[in-house]
Amino acid sequence: MAEPPITENNEIIKLDKARKTYQMGMQEVHALDGVTVSFKKGSFWAIMGPSGSGKSTMMNILGCLDRLTSGRYLLEGRNISSFDDDSLSELRLKYLGFIFQSFNLIPQLTVQRNIELPLYYLGWDAIRSAKRAEELAEEVGLGGRLDHRPTELSGGEMQRVAIARSLANDPQVIFADEPTGNLDSSTGEQILELLVKLNKQGKTIIMVTHEPNIAKHAHNQLHMIDGVIDRIE
Amino acid sequence: MKQTKIFRNIWLGVENVLMHKLRSFLTMLGVVFGVGSVVAMLSVGEGASKEALEQIRKLGSNNIIISAVKSAEEEAMATTHSHMSIYGLTYDDQFRVAESFSSIRKAAPVKLMRKESRLRERAMELRVVGTTPEWFELVPREVLAGRVLLPADQDKQAPVAVLTEFGARKILATENTIGQTFRIGGDEFEIVGIIKSESGQAGNIQIPDQQIDVYIPIEVARKYFGDITFIHTSGSRTLEQVELHQIIVQVDNTDNVEATASAIEEMLKRFHKKKDYIISVPLALLKQAEATKRTFNIVLGSIAGISLLVGGIGIMNIMLASVTERTREIGIRRAIGAKRRQIVLQFLIETVVLSTTGGIIGLGVGALIPFLITYFSGMMTVLTLSGVLFPLLISMTIGIIFGLYPAMHAARVDPIVALRHE
Repeated sequence: MAEPPITENNEIIKLDKARKTYQMGMQEVHALDGVTVSFKKGSFWAIMGPSGSGKSTMMNILGCLDRLTSGRYLLEGRNISSFDDDSLSELRLKYLGFIFQSFNLIPQLTVQRNIELPLYYLGWDAIRSAKRAEELAEEVGLGGRLDHRPTELSGGEMQRVAIARSLANDPQVIFADEPTGNLDSSTGEQILELLVKLNKQGKTIIMVTHEPNIAKHAHNQLHMIDGVIDRIE
Repeated sequence: MKQTKIFRNIWLGVENVLMHKLRSFLTMLGVVFGVGSVVAMLSVGEGASKEALEQIRKLGSNNIIISAVKSAEEEAMATTHSHMSIYGLTYDDQFRVAESFSSIRKAAPVKLMRKESRLRERAMELRVVGTTPEWFELVPREVLAGRVLLPADQDKQAPVAVLTEFGARKILATENTIGQTFRIGGDEFEIVGIIKSESGQAGNIQIPDQQIDVYIPIEVARKYFGDITFIHTSGSRTLEQVELHQIIVQVDNTDNVEATASAIEEMLKRFHKKKDYIISVPLALLKQAEATKRTFNIVLGSIAGISLLVGGIGIMNIMLASVTERTREIGIRRAIGAKRRQIVLQFLIETVVLSTTGGIIGLGVGALIPFLITYFSGMMTVLTLSGVLFPLLISMTIGIIFGLYPAMHAARVDPIVALRHE
């Protein structure tokens, strides 16, 4: 089956009649109810919507953490809808980066080890990994903090570590799930500036948020409601 | 590259174990004791076999030792005054035993008596062993100087003697050894050789030779000293007549030892009214040792088995708790791109590191136990290489077996759920 040519518009991700259905008791719930949307390379998106609108499901699907019930997911023109668990892990490892609201650092590991984590699974050796971790820490403004444990850091610093980690594998797309949700507004601003900077360096960023203040930094805003796209700004 | 990756994985496992030192230590205690008892068991068993073999070597592995004893009736009679005890083995017994069984290769008669020996001013009481040249084949000891008794000494009824190293030092001191004459009782003997000796018990069997032995031809012993012994005991004196104190027999084949021993017993029963002899079979010591080994193996083996099982379950329990506790970590790793089998590997390695470390500590404990056993009970214990490697292998296997389930459990964690896990 020939794949339609979709890279013509510089598209990196395309959802085509994407549907995700959950079984809630006797009821079927369509968390995504036939969504068709495409994201261009180098764009900065904010996905918005009230809770239960399907934006989390959207994020999990886009981040290759979950699979569609029906429809197609094209990543750089490849249909990955039928990929198995291992192949999806491989995609996340090589192409995607994640930033979470609650940072999701491993508390037992030092900052350096946390940043190195993707490199470990990529099979990098210790020396190269250490060097890369140092560079990334410098880039996000965390130089000299490499030997600390996450618990010794402030929220903003922890999020910087998480960003450094998401950058370790030099991803195509960075997914940010409420990245400023646990931060005060000025720290949140700084984190957002960092994301803007990364976007200017060419990273595609897809961010979930419910705060309009945050969302306004993105080029595009995708509003969801009841599992469908309400509007795109 | 592949190798460094494995080392790195193991190192990460070690780091994780070190992160919770107390918990890890408590977790591995079961394996520590399990492996400790396996090591102890193996070394005690090994020691028992080695000790038995050592003893049998001293006694002669295919030998049967028939010894004269005073029967219970004689013992009672001996208290009455001026009674002469007549008991023990006879020259006829020796002849019959040597000739009746085709399985008997050699037989040495032994006549024992205690005599004062003297060389000028140096004197000591020796145990005179009247025997034949066969003795030296049945109780083989290293010849230090000269020679042992020869058939020619027997024929000529030559007054020659072979001393032990111990006796030679006492009697001869620094004088020239071979060819020297000295007195046993009232008679002169020429020293023709010096041999090493063993002494003491082997299991419950007396070793045939002693340090204070002097060996002379049996015919000479009979001619010079006769069959009757005076025994002085606190004022009174009794008489004993014993023709032979021991007959040592060598059987041609290890398999025939027991059958021959019971056949000899049957035969002696017919000629002796009283039970004035006992038959000792050194080979029985091996059976005893094996029985000891078996008992130890069963007892310690069960302890080891239970400890290892408990230890393994303990590890599994803690690892399962650890998986639950680290659900979020697993989710993070999965989101970043770790495959399921990499999660399995991570937890499996941690478990194996735990159990193997427990195994290594257990090895130390296990090496201490046999040391203490030897120290307090004198039982011989031997730590062999396989006795060390086998328990280590067991502890690793425990880690794999009991680590697999928690590891699989960890890999089944759904990253989406895990990331929201608090």
